[in-house]
Amino acid sequence: MFDESDNVRKINIINRRLFIITAAKILVFFGLTSRLFSLQVKQNNKYLTLSDKNRIRESKLHPVRGEFRDYFGNVIAGNNEVYQLHIIPEQVEDFRYITLRLKNILNLSEREFQKIHKKRKKIKGWETIVVSDNLTWEQFSKVNNYLHELIGVKTVLSISRIYPFNENYTHVLGYVSQANERDIIDNENIKEKFVPGIRVGKTGLEKTFENVLLGENDIQRFEVNAYGRKISQLNYQKGSKGQDLNLTIDTEIQKLCTELLKDKAGSICVMDIFSGEIIAMQSSPSFDPNLFLFGINQDDWQLIRNNPMKPLLNKTINGRYSPGSTIKPIVALSALENEVINPEFTVHCKGHKHPLELYGQTYHCWKKEGHGFVNLREGMKQSCDTYFYEISRRLGVDRLSETAKKFGLGEKVFGELFENEKKGLVPNTIWKKNALGQSWVLGETIITGIGQGFIQTTPIQLCLMTAQIANGGYKIYPKIVLNNDKQYLDKYKPLFKNSKNIKIIQKAMFSSTNEVRGTSYKSRIDDPKYQFAGKTGTAQVKRITEKDRELDLKTFEIPYEERDHALYVAFGPYKNPRYATSIIIEHGGSGGTTAAPIAKKLFKLIIDRHKLRQSVKEKKYLDI
Amino acid sequence: MSLNNFSHELTLFQKIKNYDFILLFCILILGITSIFTMYSTDGGEVLFHTKSHFIKFSIFFPMMIVLSFINIKYWHAGSYLFYVLILGLLVWVALYGVTASGSRRWINLYFLNLQPSELMKIAVILCLAKFFHRIRTTSANSFTSILVSLTIIIIPSILVITQPDLGTAILISFSGLIILWFSGLRIKYFIYSFLIFITSLPFIISFLKPYQKLRILTFINPERDPLGSGYQIIQSKIAVGSGGITGKGFLKGTQSYLDFLPEKHTDFIFTLFSEEFGFVGSILLLLLYSIIIYRIIRAGLISRSFFSRLFCFGFSFAIFLYVATNISMVLGLLPTVGSPLPIMSYGGSSLLATMIGFSIVLSASINHRQNIS
Repeated sequence: MFDESDNVRKINIINRRLFIITAAKILVFFGLTSRLFSLQVKQNNKYLTLSDKNRIRESKLHPVRGEFRDYFGNVIAGNNEVYQLHIIPEQVEDFRYITLRLKNILNLSEREFQKIHKKRKKIKGWETIVVSDNLTWEQFSKVNNYLHELIGVKTVLSISRIYPFNENYTHVLGYVSQANERDIIDNENIKEKFVPGIRVGKTGLEKTFENVLLGENDIQRFEVNAYGRKISQLNYQKGSKGQDLNLTIDTEIQKLCTELLKDKAGSICVMDIFSGEIIAMQSSPSFDPNLFLFGINQDDWQLIRNNPMKPLLNKTINGRYSPGSTIKPIVALSALENEVINPEFTVHCKGHKHPLELYGQTYHCWKKEGHGFVNLREGMKQSCDTYFYEISRRLGVDRLSETAKKFGLGEKVFGELFENEKKGLVPNTIWKKNALGQSWVLGETIITGIGQGFIQTTPIQLCLMTAQIANGGYKIYPKIVLNNDKQYLDKYKPLFKNSKNIKIIQKAMFSSTNEVRGTSYKSRIDDPKYQFAGKTGTAQVKRITEKDRELDLKTFEIPYEERDHALYVAFGPYKNPRYATSIIIEHGGSGGTTAAPIAKKLFKLIIDRHKLRQSVKEKKYLDI
Repeated sequence: MSLNNFSHELTLFQKIKNYDFILLFCILILGITSIFTMYSTDGGEVLFHTKSHFIKFSIFFPMMIVLSFINIKYWHAGSYLFYVLILGLLVWVALYGVTASGSRRWINLYFLNLQPSELMKIAVILCLAKFFHRIRTTSANSFTSILVSLTIIIIPSILVITQPDLGTAILISFSGLIILWFSGLRIKYFIYSFLIFITSLPFIISFLKPYQKLRILTFINPERDPLGSGYQIIQSKIAVGSGGITGKGFLKGTQSYLDFLPEKHTDFIFTLFSEEFGFVGSILLLLLYSIIIYRIIRAGLISRSFFSRLFCFGFSFAIFLYVATNISMVLGLLPTVGSPLPIMSYGGSSLLATMIGFSIVLSASINHRQNIS
């Protein structure tokens, strides 16, 4: 049937073609082998990393924030254990039923209820919904009663900020609240450590020291499957708590300041005149920072925001005031230093009938009857405006501003420590030319001499000024955080040309408080242990017209917003000064009647606590 | 004729003496490997896939041995019938088949969802081997023979394409065309048709379904849609690549047991194997396939009849083709077309077809002196 030759030909063809195909097969298998080699041997590391990236998920946990303590080690911003309520949807049989039960138990509002359901739609079944991040004790015990019926619901212990002294430290520490987009964009560190619901500092020292306080996250590493479900925990990396910070503030004095400022708008600050440590610093009215921890409710927020006394403003460092007569020690010092006057230089104050007249403008002393012949000591004591009109006229604004700046006016006291610290303003001729494009006129010098006009200071600046006069005229750097000691080369540099001049000013301030006819004579303490020296100030909020002068109204007869600010700066004990203070009561009337009595109460406590403070300081040095 | 001396029935002893134990052994090893791999895809538990694959292999392997004792001449005699039967089944599928994930491929036989297109891969080889067995070299290039052989290939291919199952259709066509190649069809025809194919490629692409176009785009650049169409191939490469030289170890393939690998039971089974046993394991597996392919070729080479020869060469090429396309696909060298890895992949029909093919090869090697008239 087949002929042999065709068979042979057929076999030849088949075998030849088999050879070609086999060669092709070998080539392809060789290609596959080299591909395997390239993937598995050469690029192994790359794919191993990708495979680990697939299966390993890191989850960061809340870092524990560093605490704030006061000078004596009392916690003033701590960490509190709070109970949170979580739902894991996939463990819940009937999500709607469970959430309705919770709504009843916890008294959730309809909005919160809707929020939970909205969240449920966004997440996977095994992820957690935080129903409440701060259960009250009542809620917690109530939920615990029903917990056996609420499968898939659990209470979790977590850590949150707490401010045990409520409104006492609000302006110093600021407060923490949930991080928002801005916080994350502005701070690399927050971005890195971010976990949903993390609390970060919004104002004050909480914000300034954010990076130190924040701490390191605990990190959990999980193996997850393709759908993101956690299969097993691979390891747990413990983070670390943020650094604790100690403040120089004495809580007892701080609390007294709060009390003294109750129902008033104003500020008190107390400073150690040698170390520059802030002993107390309070701005009033204040508010409870604990309100912000879990998101403040609208009513509370509107109440704070719309309060005409401006609780959100830290008046001590952000408030700008005309210093009024509290500038007089500097004016007098500047005049002495520049040898414009000597202590015996005398001016005749004739009262309102014969005011000082310059280029058609009249300048009145505050006292209708006039002070008669006054020298420097009497001028300071009775705060005679006419006296200071005269010496500032002789001194000139430029020399005055030089001295004022030397003593810390017109410059940020804490540098970058607080956001928005105000520089205030110490005017001079060049400033006016640059800022307003006008020449300085002599009348402006006259009113600058009594702390009115362009000049603006913050309460902390006045406190620093007083402290530097009290310590004998040496430069100090105020500080509020103990662990944050910077080295300043010009610390304790003398600010005077002649130390005798400082003594003269100190004595003048002493007479103002402790001698008859002194403006704060009523607030004196005779016991030398507590005896202090000070200077009152009454800063006009509005220009006094002739009509006002005739009416001569009492403070309570004037509308609140038009009343004068009451100021008082002081240092004590006089014999051996340690502390300086500045007090301002907004619209408080006159410094002598409103502000100085506060100093009297304050100095009692400050000096009583001096020993205790000293012993802690010694102990601290021993520890080192 | 003197040749007829060898056509007498062999004794059982002679049959066993002629038996290709090496091939049998290699198939068994591959089968056992596949069961263990399946066990790993089930996450180290004996679950549905392991059980089912084990049962199917334990039925089909003895069945293959039994079938291998059928004389090759009966396979020759039944070739056309077998082809027509499978073609009938394909028509049946087109009319009454079971639909799953958008394509109609299966016949529900209650114990097995039979996929006739898999069997067609063998049937088309058998049918063409018989067709060219009796044709002289001179008439192999005649118009009628080309027309008939192409019809034999094209009819089932079209039926399979309409299922739709492009991958299987391509494999069926290639299995058929390789018989044409061996039977001596002029090489220039192959070159011409290749050129025609290349020039008409843009035209063909315009006929592709959107998901098929997407696959080709994804093949060119898998990163363009890493979570969508590129996901499979990216995850597959990660799994293979992360296996390294010695692999992550049996049951320790993270890509697989954490469900990153798609279709790990079927088309991507090599990926899992490669992840767990590494470069060394993969090479050994390729070597095993190479030995099997070599033994099939050898069976063809020692065979007297052209039918056996053509079938063995054709079948060896088919096995090679399945292995090469499957592995190239999972290594990202080819677009994803559904093509199982012989014996390793889960799938009863594919296993059945492969086993039938092997039984014919084994039969050919037993009866290699058999002449078929």
